[in-house]
Amino acid sequence: MPAVSGRRLEGERDVEGNPVIELKHISVAFDGEPILQDLNLSIRDGEFVTLLGPSGCGKTTTLRIIGGFVNPDAGDILFNGKRINDLPPYKRGVNTIFQKYALFPHLNVFENVAFGMRVQKKSEKEIRKTVKEMLEMVSLSGYERRSVHRLSGGQQQRVAIARALANNPKVLLLDEPLGALDLKLRKDMQVELKRIQQATGITFVFVTHDQEEALSMSDTVVVMDKGVIQQIGSPQDIYNEPRNAFVADFIGESNILDGIMVDDFLCEFAGRRFRCVDQGFAPRESVDVVIRPEDIDVVSAAEDCLTGVVTQVTFKGVHYEIIVDVNGFKWMIQSTDCQRVGDTIGLRIQPDEIHIMKKSSYSGLFGDYSSFSDEMDEEPSAPEEAEEA
Amino acid sequence: MKSKAASAPYLVWMVLFIVVPVLLVAYFAFTDSSGAFTLENIARVGQYSNVFLRSIWLGALSTVICLVLGYPVAYLISKSSLKRQSVLLMLIMLPMWMNFLLRTYAWMTLLEDSGLINSFLSLLGLPPFHMINTQGAVVLGMVYDYIPFMVLPLYTVLSKIDRAVVEAAQDLGANGRRVFLRVTFPLSMPGMISGVTMVFVPSVSTFIISKMLGGGANLMIGDLIEMQFLGSAYNPNLGSAISLVLMVLILICMGIMNEFDSGENEGGGMMI
Amino acid sequence: MKKAVSRVYLALIYLFLYAPILLLVVFSFNDTDTKSRTVWSGFSLRWYEMLFQDRMLLQALTNTLIIAVSAAIGATLLGTLAAIGISSMKSWRKKVVMNITNLPMLNPEIVTGVSLMLLLVFLANLFGVQLGIGSVILAHITFCLPYVILSVLPKLRQMDPNLYEAAQDLGCTPLRSFFKVVLPEILPGVITGMVMSFTLSLDDFIISYFCSGTTQTLPVFIYSMTKKRVSPEINALSTILFAVILVLLLLINVRTGKVGGRKGKEAQEF
Repeated sequence: MPAVSGRRLEGERDVEGNPVIELKHISVAFDGEPILQDLNLSIRDGEFVTLLGPSGCGKTTTLRIIGGFVNPDAGDILFNGKRINDLPPYKRGVNTIFQKYALFPHLNVFENVAFGMRVQKKSEKEIRKTVKEMLEMVSLSGYERRSVHRLSGGQQQRVAIARALANNPKVLLLDEPLGALDLKLRKDMQVELKRIQQATGITFVFVTHDQEEALSMSDTVVVMDKGVIQQIGSPQDIYNEPRNAFVADFIGESNILDGIMVDDFLCEFAGRRFRCVDQGFAPRESVDVVIRPEDIDVVSAAEDCLTGVVTQVTFKGVHYEIIVDVNGFKWMIQSTDCQRVGDTIGLRIQPDEIHIMKKSSYSGLFGDYSSFSDEMDEEPSAPEEAEEA
Repeated sequence: MKSKAASAPYLVWMVLFIVVPVLLVAYFAFTDSSGAFTLENIARVGQYSNVFLRSIWLGALSTVICLVLGYPVAYLISKSSLKRQSVLLMLIMLPMWMNFLLRTYAWMTLLEDSGLINSFLSLLGLPPFHMINTQGAVVLGMVYDYIPFMVLPLYTVLSKIDRAVVEAAQDLGANGRRVFLRVTFPLSMPGMISGVTMVFVPSVSTFIISKMLGGGANLMIGDLIEMQFLGSAYNPNLGSAISLVLMVLILICMGIMNEFDSGENEGGGMMI
Repeated sequence: MKKAVSRVYLALIYLFLYAPILLLVVFSFNDTDTKSRTVWSGFSLRWYEMLFQDRMLLQALTNTLIIAVSAAIGATLLGTLAAIGISSMKSWRKKVVMNITNLPMLNPEIVTGVSLMLLLVFLANLFGVQLGIGSVILAHITFCLPYVILSVLPKLRQMDPNLYEAAQDLGCTPLRSFFKVVLPEILPGVITGMVMSFTLSLDDFIISYFCSGTTQTLPVFIYSMTKKRVSPEINALSTILFAVILVLLLLINVRTGKVGGRKGKEAQEF
């Protein structure tokens, strides 16, 4: 079995809870353009699952399929083992927190939260009790009569959460819910959401393009691109053992090089041979080699190791980001020690910091920092919606 | 929202009450009273070219006067304080809410030979001045009735011009006149285009104002059409032919205006 | 100096706009016989008395109100549904529908009037009826529809499309979601459209003139009065209408705090 230690492939995850939602062979196309291709995903009860990927990768469509707002062209959606393809959104036991909250502007906070219960014709007493509980949970007690226009972005977010949870869903779907918040608030809400998820035990399916958000909140991260799941795993797995160049590049910074597996535990790249911890490849198989910038030790150029010339140094607060030219390939190194541009330095890499990946369609697209100039977050900022009010 | 079906009743209505009537006009225009195909009606429209020319001339004259009088009004309103703007604008619109028949009637009483203006003149010992039933009276009536249609779109465009653009022009050394000529005026072009359209179309096709203030002598296209349908010269086929020609003329005018509009916008953009 | 010139200019324009109306109002109170109606001969309400005794006028007024209410309701219902449908159409279909919808607004009113007349006469013959209130209502709904559609469409565009989904997500059927969430959101546009339809219908002369047969609406009645050119009753009628409009406008403006009316809208949306 060629599987690599510590790496989990899809279907190999530990199955603790029962699957609450299963997507089987889902395909969708809009106007002839494929959005999702043969997607398989199983979400356990009580799990915090994040769908992570660049915009247009199909993550929101996946969420909308679970919510019932998009019908797949092919494939089945199972909810507690039962096929729910034909169930309209209002009959599904899932609730959604929309990207821009979609609070009802003509209703106040209380009525927004009470909306679902009013539809179900719950008693006034029960409604009042539940709304109170929900607002307490999201720390908005006392805001009942407030108009939703007069809430800050973070408060609106909380009302949206309370409104969805008041319906007591089995599964909560969150579509980039923190996208419109500023950085500080975003961090607070990440903690808050995680706390609510743990307190309620509800399954969360969270969509984001922010890898840091995904890593810090989730039990399981599903990395998607071009309508295809690239990797499913725990945050640690995803970061430490990316399955292909796309995942390696999308999650954190990576140096990705062409390499050859000379033998088990021995690979060759950048013109040198390195000991590594991977095995099970064919002899002389071409592979992608991933080395994280923080895993590279800077040593004296005199030592027997890779050497290169420092071409750029940027202070980042916690560390320096150093670009080193090694025989034309630009490496990124993160180090707490500063280096001088123009100096020749040595790079040392420990065997367990070398990650070997099979070649994929993403090989050769990422990992060289030649054109590096503080890459911008690739997500185009959503058009500002908040101008009214 | 997936609710395309909601528009189904309207689509039926639209076809029945917008498309079919236009087709009916075309049908009547190309048939005679027995329903046989003929080009005679269209040919007869040519006989009325003097009426068409008069209508276009009077309509154009009223439009130009409205533009000349209305532009400064719109400009001055847009430059006044916000609170005053709403009051001034409101006062421009208020007369529009009164039926135009009444507004035109008001001018009848003023312009008549024994009307208020002439009574006033005779009080001053001046000779009476014949005004009613002249082309001048018709133009006056049209200007009076339609000037708000010129002021409003101009105001809308002028008040939306970004202050920063004006300030940028000043910053680049343009004086007040140049700012107006090279920035404000070109930017207000879309407002002028809609104002001109909104005054010209009803002016050219009016049939009541000319009747009330112009007497019988200053017949316009509208009067001609009305006569074929409800008047003495009952002939719906000819009336339809005239209507069709009028409609085509107007639509062509608007097409040209729109072209002009987009062209001018680009030009305006380059000037700045 | 410059400021003074512009003030004088504005004052003159407003004088031009209001002097004729004010004269109508003043002379509506003139105590005179019909011959010398431009000479002030004392205050009187006699023309108002005569006006209210005029049966034809009261009939015309009733007709006008029936037509305006029916046209406003009809156009609002049809137009709101139409706007919802149009907003979910794909671009080319939307373009075609919107271009046809705008036609009655772009066409000279007299052409719309005669084209509708041709259709209505045809339909009336088909069903063996006369032109009358019914045909005027159909015609008015037709020319009011674009105004309703154009005032509802922007509201639908501004609305967060997720609202409708959020309501369903929380358990509403699509129909219920419409009434609970979408309608309250677009209501201002629906009301604007309804008010515009009502006033446009009240005010319309040209189209009613061609489509009403022997039935009289208020503007048609006014037209027949101006033809006679004699009665100061018309001054009294103008005064009453002007006062009603003034009060209504003030009320609307106080309520919404906004300037804008039917023709203002029309002018700005052109």
